[in-house]
Amino acid sequence: MAHKWGMAVDLDRCDGCGACVTACHAENNIPTVGDLQAARGRAMHWIRVERYFEGEFPDVRVKFRPVMCQQCDAAPCEPVCPTYASNHTEEGLNAQVYNRCIGTRYCANACPYNVRFFDFFNPSWAKPLHLQLNPDVSIREVGVMEKCTFCVQRISAGKISAAAEKRELKDGDIKPACAQACPAKAIVFGDLNDPESEVSRLARSPHGTKLLEDVGARPNVTYLERQTKA
Amino acid sequence: MKTPTGNQLTTDLLRPLERTSWRFYLLSAFLGCFVVAGLSAWFYQMYWGFGVTGLLSPIFWGFFITDFVFWIGISHAGTLISAILRLVNAGWRRPVTRCAEVITAFALMIGGLFPIIHLGRPWLFFWLLPYPSRRLIWPNFRSPLVWDFFAITGYLTGSLLFLFLPMIPDFAIVRDRSTGLRKKIYGVLALGWRGTTSQWHRLESAMQIMAVAIIPVAVSVHTIVSFDFSMAPVPMWHSTIFGPYFVAGAIFSGIAGLIIAMAVLRKTLHLQDYLHPVHFENLGKLLLTMSLLWGYFVFNERLATWYGNDPAEMAVFRVTQSGSFAPLFWTMVICNFLLPVIILGIRRTRTIAGCVIASFGVCVGMWLERFLIVVPTLGHKYLPFTWASYRPRPTEIIITTATFAAMVLLYTLFAKFVPIIAIWEMKAGEHPSPDMTPQATAEHRLGDMHA
Repeated sequence: MAHKWGMAVDLDRCDGCGACVTACHAENNIPTVGDLQAARGRAMHWIRVERYFEGEFPDVRVKFRPVMCQQCDAAPCEPVCPTYASNHTEEGLNAQVYNRCIGTRYCANACPYNVRFFDFFNPSWAKPLHLQLNPDVSIREVGVMEKCTFCVQRISAGKISAAAEKRELKDGDIKPACAQACPAKAIVFGDLNDPESEVSRLARSPHGTKLLEDVGARPNVTYLERQTKA
Repeated sequence: MKTPTGNQLTTDLLRPLERTSWRFYLLSAFLGCFVVAGLSAWFYQMYWGFGVTGLLSPIFWGFFITDFVFWIGISHAGTLISAILRLVNAGWRRPVTRCAEVITAFALMIGGLFPIIHLGRPWLFFWLLPYPSRRLIWPNFRSPLVWDFFAITGYLTGSLLFLFLPMIPDFAIVRDRSTGLRKKIYGVLALGWRGTTSQWHRLESAMQIMAVAIIPVAVSVHTIVSFDFSMAPVPMWHSTIFGPYFVAGAIFSGIAGLIIAMAVLRKTLHLQDYLHPVHFENLGKLLLTMSLLWGYFVFNERLATWYGNDPAEMAVFRVTQSGSFAPLFWTMVICNFLLPVIILGIRRTRTIAGCVIASFGVCVGMWLERFLIVVPTLGHKYLPFTWASYRPRPTEIIITTATFAAMVLLYTLFAKFVPIIAIWEMKAGEHPSPDMTPQATAEHRLGDMHA
């Protein structure tokens, strides 16, 4: 059976350290735009940790929510792209074909989660980060959209090494950079078509919710959170 | 009011073609500077990337899309108004139609440029075309941007035809009155027009067909432009009212643009004998009607959102209604509704000056309306953590200004080379043949009874 990649994020484990953001930048060759451009709102983080504050001072609780591309089944970003740069793969990923993108930015507007990013300039990195680019990930030129891929290069690598060792792909063989870097193990990645996988188990949990589920995009990321009084 | 006839009419209307004053060169050079500045800004943006504009995450559409919708809206002046007036055979339309049709052609050319200007990689715009490519991929026909492409090219083709057809007899008049190179050029443009009965019949039926065909095209174009927004599941965009709302707004701003253009032509080309106060008054009444219709649509849109009280929609609603966009919102209401309704609702202020003031208000208001549709929504979409605010930077402002200059420049050049009032149509109005033009050939006020 084909794979269907999904993710589960345990919000009770997340302490907002930002390791996932850093790991994602390093893994996926995401440019560091510099302080001026970041102040102008051009910062690119394929995964971001949203902070929300609950309660009145001094009785305040901070809540963290890592948000990455939700790889929706009915992704609003896909039909609006005039060049099929944004399209659906057989394994349920929202692929972005950089070479096909002409930069209408319509996909980003249609995305309810604001997880698509535009290359306002040609990519550049604060030194010495330019020395650690990942050879498995292509660099995006100015004028195209980019977004979280669920580390599709790691998915391919996992499948290739499993095939080389003549075995089935096991749950946990593939870990995206964010899941690998998370010290609290809040992020779990796996195959939703495998009912025994950890991510499937978590996706079925009664504590699980989908982000902006009522928009109807059918996201494949489950957020787990203990029920608190309303 | 009397209109000159016969030779006097021909001489008057061909005067701009035959005599050139230094003011023409000065104006063209002045406007040309703006156009050059706009092109430079565009090349600058292409060279460095979109970072030179004020756009940011997640407000990926700003001035350029606003300009796009605005200019496509202005383009509804012409073809639609002149087609309707032709179909109902309103006699007073005769000096107005060409002024209007030219606006359509040029506004569409300018508006159609914006989706390309706004591309991240504009040099690849032809990937929107369905052509058999090496990549073996067609454009995605599910995308409203591809629908846009077809709608705009279709409308541009149609309105250019609609503009060109009634120019043929006038080209022939110019050809017959000139010598040398000019005779040759206008001779080619006149397509061998001899004014035979069969040619007139063909022209008349072609005009009738085009007038009928262009109306649904015009309505569909702005509906499809509205689909760019309403197809996305985004608060305050995903709305069924957008189609008719956009079409009404387009006709509204189109009439305003036409009134301004006519007033300027009347003054600069001394067409007081041809463009009478009654023309402005009639167009002013149309503008008043559209203003009321626009107000009705806005009220509908706003009320339904407020009453429905959907949290995501209300976030956008509040920021436009009473938040940081409120000054712009209420300016829009004043410019688009209060100002025209007051000025044009009172008979004494429904003068040429009054109509022009109201029209300027409407142009400003309609630009703001488009801005307020695009930007507040993108800045306040669902997750509050990602909310942002947008401020344009010089690149966008220069390019936007340049398009207004380009519009005036194109219009100036057109009025220099083509009679801006259709000579033959004016003459046809003098001698209405009973079977071709029953009744209603005279100038009359809209709403007046006539035999």
